[in-house]
Parts: sequence; C-alpha cells; structure tokens
Amino acid sequence: MTETRLSRIIGIDLGTTNSLVAYVDEATGLPRVIADREGRMLLPSVVAFTPEGILVGEAARRQLVRRPQSTVYSVKRFMGRDYEDVKDELRYFPFAIRPADGIVKLDVGGRQVTPPEVSAVVLKALKERAEAHFKEPMEKAVVTVPAYFNDSQRQATRDAGRIAGLDVVRIVNEPTAASLAYGLHRLSEGVIAVYDLGGGTFDISILRVKDGIFEVLATNGNTHLGGDDFDRVIMLWLLEDIQCRHHAEIVRSGLDLARDGEAMQELRLAAEAAKIRLSTEERTRLTIPFADFTYHQDITRADVERLIEPLVARTLEPCRRALADAGLRREQIDQVVLVGGSTRVPLVRRRVEELFGRTAHSHLNPDEVVALGAAVQAQILAGGITDMLLLDVTPLSLGIETLGGIVSILIPRNTTIPTSAREMFTTSVDGQTVVDLHVVQGERELAKDCRSLARFELRGIDPMPAGLPKIEVTFLIDANGILQVAAKELRTGKAASIEVKPTYGLSETDVERMVEESFQYAEADVNARLLIEARNEADTVLTHVRRALGQGSHLLAEEERRGITSALEELEQARAAQDRDLIRDKTTALNHATEHLAELMMDAALKGALGSKRAAEIMESQ
Amino acid sequence: MNHFEVFGLERRLGIDAEALQRRFYELSRRHHPDFHAGATPGEQAEALEASARLNAAYRTLRDPIARIDYLVRLEEGRETNEGATDKPKAPPALLAEMFEIQEALAEAKSGGLDEPARRTLAEERGRLLARQGEEEARLTGPLSAAWDTATPAGRPAILAAFKQALATRAYLRTVIEDLGQALGDGDEIVAHHRH
Repeated sequence: MTETRLSRIIGIDLGTTNSLVAYVDEATGLPRVIADREGRMLLPSVVAFTPEGILVGEAARRQLVRRPQSTVYSVKRFMGRDYEDVKDELRYFPFAIRPADGIVKLDVGGRQVTPPEVSAVVLKALKERAEAHFKEPMEKAVVTVPAYFNDSQRQATRDAGRIAGLDVVRIVNEPTAASLAYGLHRLSEGVIAVYDLGGGTFDISILRVKDGIFEVLATNGNTHLGGDDFDRVIMLWLLEDIQCRHHAEIVRSGLDLARDGEAMQELRLAAEAAKIRLSTEERTRLTIPFADFTYHQDITRADVERLIEPLVARTLEPCRRALADAGLRREQIDQVVLVGGSTRVPLVRRRVEELFGRTAHSHLNPDEVVALGAAVQAQILAGGITDMLLLDVTPLSLGIETLGGIVSILIPRNTTIPTSAREMFTTSVDGQTVVDLHVVQGERELAKDCRSLARFELRGIDPMPAGLPKIEVTFLIDANGILQVAAKELRTGKAASIEVKPTYGLSETDVERMVEESFQYAEADVNARLLIEARNEADTVLTHVRRALGQGSHLLAEEERRGITSALEELEQARAAQDRDLIRDKTTALNHATEHLAELMMDAALKGALGSKRAAEIMESQ
Repeated sequence: MNHFEVFGLERRLGIDAEALQRRFYELSRRHHPDFHAGATPGEQAEALEASARLNAAYRTLRDPIARIDYLVRLEEGRETNEGATDKPKAPPALLAEMFEIQEALAEAKSGGLDEPARRTLAEERGRLLARQGEEEARLTGPLSAAWDTATPAGRPAILAAFKQALATRAYLRTVIEDLGQALGDGDEIVAHHRH
C-alpha cells in the first residue's frame, strides 16, 4: 500500500469560557497546544461586536464591562438550543436574546447573530492561530463537544465550523477526548471514569481502555451546569451583601445594581476571580469600586463552598447513573480522572473522591487535556496514529413520537456509535403523499418531555389507499453522534424519491449565507482591529499630552505651545475619522512635538524632588 | 448478515464473553470509519454501515438474555431491529397470581400507601426479583445449554420454552418496575422527613 500524505487536521476544544487549538507534533508524536503571539494558550471564548468591528479573545474580554450589551460570552450555553430551553437564565446575561424559529438569536451591536455565528468567530481565530503557526491554510478540524450534547447542539457546532471556513471532520466528546490524551501518555489502562466539569457543562464518562481501544461504556451529564453557575451563585450573594451594606449610597445615587449591565459584569468577574483564588487560598479580599462607593469584602473558601455545594451535588447523581448504565460498582473503577477548569475547586475534587471512594487525579493540565485529545483524534483520522481507536456512545435515547404522544425508542442511550435502526411507516388516509415524523431525544416516556430533534416530512409517496405504502425509514447515528435519516418506499421500490426534510434548525441555505457573510466580515475584522489599536494608542498619547500641557505649559515658549496644541488638534480630528494610517502618523507627530516638553517636565520634577528633600532635611534639623 | 454471522459464529448460545470482546475490538479496527477517513465516499459509507452492523451485533450478543431473545426471533424469521419487538404475552397462570399485587399497586398509585401496605409491597418486590433471577438463570443456564446440544428435531420445543420464559421475565420486570416506582416515590418522602 502506498502512503498518501493526508492533509493536516487540527484539534479544537471549543469551550464555554476558553478555547484552544492543538496538533500532534510529527517529530515527538505528542500533542501540543498552539500559543498565540503573546504565548497564551487559552483563547477566551468571548466575542465583542463593536461599531468598529468584531473583537475576539482577550481583546473582547476587555470589552465585557465596557460594552456589556454587545459583548457575548458563554455562547456555548445557547448552541443548538430553543428559546424554551434557556429562557430561565436569560436574565443573567446582559445581551439581548430572542426566540427565532427553533433556535435563539442575539441582538448585539445593532446586529442579529445566531450562536453558531458567534462560535464561528472563535473558531476562526483559532484557525488563524494554527495557520500562523504552520504557515499554511488549515481547512479541517476535529472539534470537541460535551458528551451529553444532543443532536441539535452537535449540528450547531458543525455549522459553526462551516461558517468559520473549517470542515469539521469529527465531533468528539470532551471526556473521551481527554481519555485519548491520557491513553497516549500510557497513563490509563483498565476501567476509567472521566469527570469533566467545565465552564458551562458537566459530563461523566466511563471507559474501558484496553489494547489501544477506548470503549465508552456509559456517559451521562448536564449541559447546563459548570463554573459559570458557581460564579452566578457567588455573584448573587455579593449583590445581596452590597445592597444591604451600601443601602444608603445606592438609594442616594438611584443606582439599580441588578439592572446595571456594567456593574453586574464587574460583579461576575469579581466572583470568578474570588472563586479562582479560593481554590488555592483559604481567604481573599475583594475590592470593587463603584461610582459612589467602594465595596470591600473578605471571603473564605468555606463561604464559597457553602454557596456552591448544591451545584456540586448535582453532578453526583449523573455519576451514579453512569455507573449503573455501565453495569459497574464503584469498586470496579480503576482510575478517576478530573478534566475541566472547574475541577480545580477543592470541594469538587473532595466530593468526587468520596463518591468513587478513591483518589482522583489530573496529571495532565485540566484546561488543556481536551484540546490535546482532540489533536490525537485528528491524528487518528489523518492516518498518523493507527494503534488507537475510540468507540464512543450516543448519550441519549433516540425515539419517535407515536400515537398519543408516547415515545417509541429506536436507539437506547449508551449504544456504541455508529449505530442504526430501521422502522416501517405507512399512511393513514387514502391518497396521502406526505408522512410526518417527529424524532425526539431523551429518556422520558412522553414526546413533549423529550428534546424535539426534528420533524421530518417524508414526501413524494405515490397516492395509494391508506395503509398500503410501506416506507422503511433508517435512522443512523454516525461517529459524530449526529443523526442521518433516510427513507425508501418498499412497495414501489422508489428509494430515491422519498425526500426527508427537517423542518427547523439552521437550514442549508442559512448556513451558506452565514459562510458568505462571514467571509465579508473577515477583511473588515482585520481592518477594524487595526483601527481600534491605532485609536487606543492615540488615546493614550492624547491623555498624556493633555495632562502634560495642564501641568507644564508655563515651561514652554508661546510658539512651541502653539505647535503642540495644533498637533494635538490634528490627532483628535484624525482619530474621529477612519484612516488608521493617518491616526498613526498624527500620533507619531504629536509624540515628536512633545519630546522637548517631556524633557523640561522631567527636569522640573527632579528639581522638585530635590526641593522637597531639602525641605525634609530642614524639618529634621529643627 | 445476522448478528452471529457478523462475528463468524454459529447459532449457539454458549459464547465466551472475553473472546467476543477481543473479536469485537479486532473487527472494530477493521471497520470503524475513523480508519477509513481518507477513503472514497463509497468506501466510507460501507465502513459506516459495517461498523453500525458490528456495534448492533455486539450489543445483542454480549448480553446473554438479549442473545436468546434475538435467537428466537431469528429462528422464527422475524428478525427486526431493536425497538420494533411486539410486547410478549404473559402466561395466564402468572397473570392470575399477580392479580393481588396489581390491585395493591393501583391503590398505591391512587395515593393510599400506609406502612403495612408498603412493607407488603416491598416484600413482594423482593420475591419477584428473586423469581426473575431464577428465570434468567434457567434461560442462560440449562435452556441455553440444551439449545446448543439439541438435534434439529428437538429445537422447536426449546424455542417454545425460551419464549415462555422470556415472556414471564418481561412481565415480571414490568411489575417490579411499577412496584419500584410506587415504593421509590415513598422512599423519597421518608428521606425528606429525616432531614
């Protein structure tokens, strides 16, 4: 067999809070995370829609407090979700979220965007990071999702990839990706439990690792439970405390803290910072400046543990269910591995260790291990690794709605994928040419209690008496955990003419339009970023010069002062316009014009310092 | 290709679990789509189908009861996929025996479950669980062994015995589950009181 060099595939961890991109280094055979130019591994999953353009990552994170209404974070919580699924938590988000035909849309910066479009901005930034590293275009990626993501959430993730110009060749479950990274390092054999608590999602997966095969036995979880929720309970507690202790100032200033997007964002970030510090320290002091007062509070680890205890407890029941589904007792688990940033919280580790009755470990960095595993899976698909194979499962039972709204299960949860099921359908009315199918995912008996995946229409059935057509429908869940539905009419043998049409979600046309729009943004985005950077630099210089003029203009001759003032005005004018090169030039000019002033002021300051020293000596000698 | 053929096995019920797992891993390495990512779309579709077939076969054959259930359907020529099975009919003798339990259950469901009734139901549930265990042991033990050594002429009788035992087990499971639900709800209330 001739070796054909397959194209390079990158591994991406698209997280609720942070995202990473990794690859397997050909020389060492080990996965590595790709850093940005500043050496940072984590890209904050934050996207800011500013009038000047779209910002992503650290630059967007800095906009969280300044532009709460148009800076999107934790968008993963909305991926593939219906308005009904998320409406209860919307009040905690400062940006507007609206229902839109089976999905949600965000109103940000005068624009309406879907969650996949926001995620696409993050994916594109990672794609560019990889391209800068390899100095070649990157078109294929393995992207990880929570194991407990349903079909819609997986599809939304794949759509995000397409919008970003990436072919998502595989969706991999986060805990199983982590197990691949551990497996590559030969750190795990036997039966392992992977406890993965991230920013917004929780998964537990139980695997048997043997001879390079990673067989998932059972998985469970909660796609709406993570570090974000920890931050939220801490934030609400702080809010209550502030409203109580600074009641007078708040009443006087007429401030409505709970409705103030900037203040709430400030509080949320403070809560997050406190949580992180208290993972290593026993107590910490919070200082949050508001317009009319400054809030100080000492928080202990015990305070935070009391607040988050019920949330941590909610991760334990899925663990027990996964054990039961795997047909195992906890003594049969050989290793417990901790994945995800939230497992750094000591209480989480303690509860997990109590539940499984053994020490849990995280030898590989819990922030990076999922991305590393994604890179391993990418390398398997690229043909670079042939001795490892992941056999994953579908997390939720798949069924169809039958008479009376009862669910008939076709594929039970924890079935190894790929997997397929066949079912026969017929018509109930003479001459009927369309049959509706309602596919649901979940463990409840009634369709209305499960997640509605899609309503399909089987079209193009030949008119026949009721009950005569025999339509065989095949439901196939592929290795991505994504459903494919195919139908054929057996009586007439018209295989191809039965059209399977999903009735909501992002349509193919939607995705194509978004792909096109995304490429239009691309260039605008780079320009916008450069413009913003130029303006920020101009602002810094303007502030300094104004302050210097205020303090030291008496040191200058009239002519020189006029020169500086006019350079300053020119920069102000340039800043208001869109030409970033002009802003740069005028910034340089103003800098140059004030060099002499800076020297004069430095001299004056030094003399001033000597003067005050003398004053001190005089005072001492007295 | 039926599930036994996927693994190159005869229609026998005595299957060594470890050997089956080894074979499953081997065949997975051969068929899994991950190892055909660079192949033509046609080959990829074949790999996907072969892999799905393998997974279904393994899921059925690794479970001794599901294995018997499948064999019965296969022998009767009504090999359908999972989820499409008819509900088995419980044996009439068992139905009569369960009549009292069902009545108590109905009462429990309509709200009235005092402590003595709860104890009776819990005992009943324990007894039924033991009985289900016996039924399973008979299925996977002597009956399965009988099938593997039977002559073609002796098979119909064993198949009939399988069907009877499977129907009994399915019925027992339903009643046990209902009892568990009725008792389980009560357990939660007790736990709340304790706190």
